Parts: sequence; structure tokens; C-alpha cells
Amino acid sequence: MDSINPILLIASLMVASTPILLAALGEMVVEKSGVLNLGVEGMMITGAVVGFAIGVNTGSSSLGFVVAALAGAGLSMVFAIITQLLLSNQVATGLGLTLFGLGLSSLIGKPYVGIKAPGFAKLDIPLLSDIPVLGPILFRHDPMVYLSLLMVALVWYLLTYTRAGLVLRAVGENHAAAHALGYKVVRVRFMAIAFGGAMAGLGGAYVSLVRVPQWVEGMTAGAGWIALAIVVFASWRPWRILLGAYLFGGINVLQLNLQAAGSTIPVEYLSMSPYLVTILVLVIISVRGNHGAPGSLSRVFHASH
Amino acid sequence: MSLVRLEKRPAPSRLFSGLTPLMAVIATMVAGGILFAFLGFDPLVAIRTIFWDPLFDPQFGPYSRPQLLVKAGPLILIATGLALGFRAGIWNIGAEGQYIMGAVVGAGVGLAFYPSESPLIFPLMVVSGALGGWAWAMIPAILKTRFGTNEILVSLMLVYVAENILASVSSGLLRNPEGRGFPGSRNLARDYPAASNPELIAGTGMHWGVVAAFIVVILTYVLMTRHRMGYSIRLAGEAPRAARFAGVSPARLILFCLGTAGALAGLAGLFEVTGPAGQITIDFNTGYGFTAIIVAFLGRLHPVGILLAGLLMALTYIGGELAQLMLGMPAAAIQLFQGMLLFFLLAMDVFANYRIRIGNPEVAK
Repeated sequence: MDSINPILLIASLMVASTPILLAALGEMVVEKSGVLNLGVEGMMITGAVVGFAIGVNTGSSSLGFVVAALAGAGLSMVFAIITQLLLSNQVATGLGLTLFGLGLSSLIGKPYVGIKAPGFAKLDIPLLSDIPVLGPILFRHDPMVYLSLLMVALVWYLLTYTRAGLVLRAVGENHAAAHALGYKVVRVRFMAIAFGGAMAGLGGAYVSLVRVPQWVEGMTAGAGWIALAIVVFASWRPWRILLGAYLFGGINVLQLNLQAAGSTIPVEYLSMSPYLVTILVLVIISVRGNHGAPGSLSRVFHASH
Repeated sequence: MSLVRLEKRPAPSRLFSGLTPLMAVIATMVAGGILFAFLGFDPLVAIRTIFWDPLFDPQFGPYSRPQLLVKAGPLILIATGLALGFRAGIWNIGAEGQYIMGAVVGAGVGLAFYPSESPLIFPLMVVSGALGGWAWAMIPAILKTRFGTNEILVSLMLVYVAENILASVSSGLLRNPEGRGFPGSRNLARDYPAASNPELIAGTGMHWGVVAAFIVVILTYVLMTRHRMGYSIRLAGEAPRAARFAGVSPARLILFCLGTAGALAGLAGLFEVTGPAGQITIDFNTGYGFTAIIVAFLGRLHPVGILLAGLLMALTYIGGELAQLMLGMPAAAIQLFQGMLLFFLLAMDVFANYRIRIGNPEVAK
């Protein structure tokens, strides 16, 4: 077995974690508003294919990311209309969104199978990237890695210190009380759902444009579901989302490296490890008690007057 | 004040509960027609190829008609089980994994006795298949009852684990020793008569899995209308607090609903691997476990409704294959079509649960 370079391992951990981090952060905001959207996987895969298609056709990965975010947000609006205006069951509708997104993506993606992504330049931050050990780990990534970290801080700040964040949390904790106080529950939730969709779209596009980088049908392979699990793991707190995403990214990178290094453990057992670890973590969290779930999560809001 | 508002009905409208699936199918055909036109197909020809030709075309009908039962069988088996849980608010979305494990365990037991000719082999495999699916579903069930772990995420994660186990056994444990090193098990349907699940009446597509599906539909109907467990399931879904006061044990309900759904999905997998699929291969599973979720909702979580919905969804599969062959329509278009159907159905449910009122609410008071 070849040895694994720890510096490269940690650097690739950040890349591997970014899609899950983006999607989980978006879903956390959605859940904070009291809505459970199980369509993350569907929005991610749609973002992946749309971002890739735009990236290939225009030669610009940045434009691919922008359009992928719009596509994710657009798709999430279908969910928003059915659950918020037509008051459907959120679990069933979210599942529908995932099935729909998987179909949509393979339809759009057909002509793009086997094409290479246009590439996405890394920011070699001058001076800092030359620091031994820390340089290659922290300062030689592409802009999306830094954007995802920035988003964690931004979401944390907005939720904790601003009025908008307070309203969002109020709507999620007790929608009837928030409504009585005059807050527009449905409007707030529409905005949260759109944000979640855009973040899932970005996460998906990161998989197809940077991480892999090409279009393969079903390529998100459950990343959207792992993102949902990370929200639970994080007890709905932004910095813990970061921790959770990097933890899972780390496990994934490690098992991929073990596969590449020709480990004696069969490939299939290594490939299933991230999913098993997710289950294990969910169990540990639930033993401790599900602290922090928003009070109105997944409940239908119907203002009777 | 908005002009249109919704007024909650005291109980869901029976009329609209029956009508919404039909309305959803029609809406999906219209939206699907627009989609097909957008993809460059004549919408009327596309709809006819999917919904009419598989049954009534003199050339394709004789080949397609038997496929209707072959495809509907597993969908109905799985959806009936899922619907039990969905009615009680228990969300098993990992039927695909339970389906795989049923097939793997059942086929494994059968292959262990190869080349036995005992008539007991097939029944033994059926029981093992059901147990395989049941055991796989017991993982989220026990984690849920013991620790309160979210069953949605655990059951879904286990699909990916099952897929890896499938990949592992089809190139390892269950690989055909006479297969010249190619992955995939012995062909149970062709080379192992004692383990095969043949077409029972030539030209109908009827195999033991379809028979099982019909029996399960009847049993579930009786369970839901005549048995205490059916009452508990309905009560837990409609009024969880009342259910607790009535002494319904949530843990028992979770174990029963997940266990039954797992066993039925396992059965579906076993009947598939011994019949239409014939062998364990890495791509043995084709998404029945997920499509069955749509079938369950389209059938209004009711056994008889699921029977009809399963047949309709089977038709879209066969029609989709025909459209692929005749019109060159991409397979994904049908997947999208099925997803749309679920959306329209959930959206139209608003008519069953709410009255639509037009005008100023203040006047009504």
C-alpha cells in the first residue's frame, strides 16, 4: 500500500466537502424557517447538470455557477408553491422534487456525457500560499471554497444578529405566533426555500465543474441526503454545519484515497463507508436528544384568518 | 386580503379524494404533451405511443401487454407496504434497498442449494427474500424506536449500502463459477428450474410475484378496514395525540409498518431476480423502490387505489420503452413524466382537504 500524503489529503478534503457544505447550509436556513425540503438531492443534481452545460457552452465556469444557483432556486419554487400555497405534505413533495430533479437532469445531461469541464482557476493567494504545510492546505483553492466559508459566516451573522434572522427564526419556531405578530410567514418561507435551492444548485455545480469534473448521470450520489443528515448533526447551527461537512468530506476523501492506494479492504466496503458513518452519526445525535429542531418544522401553515 | 382563500374541510372530501388522481393524470398528460413538444415530438403521437399502443396496437400489443403485469407486480407489492407506513406518518423511503436485499438474500439461499431439484427450494427462497427485506427495514425501525433516529435518512442511506453489497456479491460471493469470470450470478430463471419463477399462464406475464401482489392487496384491504392494527395505523396518521390516548404504541406501529414494507419489498426483489431479471447483477435494481412511492400516493395510500396506480405506472414504463424504440424519446423523459405526476397529485390534494372560497373573508363571518 502506498503512503498517503497528509497535506494533499487535507487540501482535497476541503474540495470534497464544499458541495455538501453549500447544500447543507442552504437547507439549514430552509429548516430554520420551519420547512423541511427533502428535494436537496434533486436540486443539487439539477444544479450539477445546468452548471456543467452552461460552463461547457460558454467556457465560463463562473457563469455556470450563477445559472446553476438560479436553476436550483427555480426548481425549489415548484416545491414552495405546492407546499406553501397549496398546503401539501412537505415530505412527499420533497421526495417528488428529488425524483423530478433526477429525471430532469438525465434528460438535460444526455448530450454532455463524456465532455470535459472548462476548468476553474485556483486562487494562488500570493505569499500566503507559499507558507509551508498551511499554504497548500488553506490558500491554494478555487474561489468557491472561500465563498462557501464566507457563506457560513454570513448565515451565522444574519441568523444571530439581524432582524431578518430573528423573523426567520420566529417563523420557524412558531408560525402561528409569528403570523399573529404580523410577519408574512409564507413570504419568509418562499425566500428561505429559494435560498436553499440556490445553495443546493451551487453545491451540485461544484461537483460537476470542479470536483469530478465532468457530467455523469446521478453523480451527486446521495450528497443531498448527506447534507440533510448534516443539518441534523449540526443541531441547526452554522459553524457545526461546517464541522459536519468537513468531517464527512474527510471520510470520503480518506476512503477514496484508500481505494486508489490499493487497500486490502474491498472497494465496495470503502464506498459504503460514508453512508454507514452518516447513519452512525445520526444515531449518536439522536441518543443525545434532538436539540435545536425548529418548533414548526415540517408542519403545514394555514392561516385561518 | 387576498381574493382567493382556502377553508379547511372538517374531513377530506371523498369526491375529490377519488377525483384528484384522475385530474392529476390529465394535468400530467397536458404538461407532458408540452414537454414532449418542447423536445421535438408530436405530443399527440407521444401520448398515444405511451398510453394506447402498448395495450391496443396490433403489432406491439401482444408483446407489451404481458409486460404490464410484470412491471406492475413489484410496484404494487412495494407500494402497498409503503402506504401502511405513510398513512401512519412513518416514512420509509429506502424500499429500493430492501428490494435489493430481498433479492440478494433469497437468491443466495437458493444458490446455496444449487443444483437441488427439491420443490421446497422456491418456497424457501420466497421466505428468505421476505426476511432479507424485513431485516434491512428493521435497521431504521429499531434505530427509530430505540433512539428516535430519523427513519427517512437512515432508510435512504441504507439504499446506497445495499447497492454496494449488490455490487460486491455479484462479482464475489454469488458470482457464477461457470461464468468465465464475468460478474453476475447463475441465471436462476433459465439454469436452475427449482429456483425459477416462471410465467404461470403463457402470454399474460402472470408470475408468482403478481399473484402475491393481488393477495397482498386483498389482505391489506382487510387489515385496514377490519383489523385493530389497521385502525391504529389510520388513527396514528390522522390524530397522533388521540392515538396515544387510545393506547396505540408508536414503537409497535413503527416496527410493524417498516417491517411489513421491508418484507414486501424483499418479496418483490426475490420474485424479480428469480423471474424477469433472472440473475443477480450489479445493475439488478431499476428504481422500483422509488417509483413505488409515486404509486403509493397516486393510489391514495389505499390498497385498491394502489392496484390501479401500479398498473398505470407500469403502463408508463412500457409505453416509455415503446416511445424510446419508436420515436427515439429519451428514457429520462418518462422519469420526468412520473415525477410530474406526483407533483400534480400533491398539488391537487388541496381540493380534497380545503374548500376554495372566493371573496372577502370578513364578510363571511
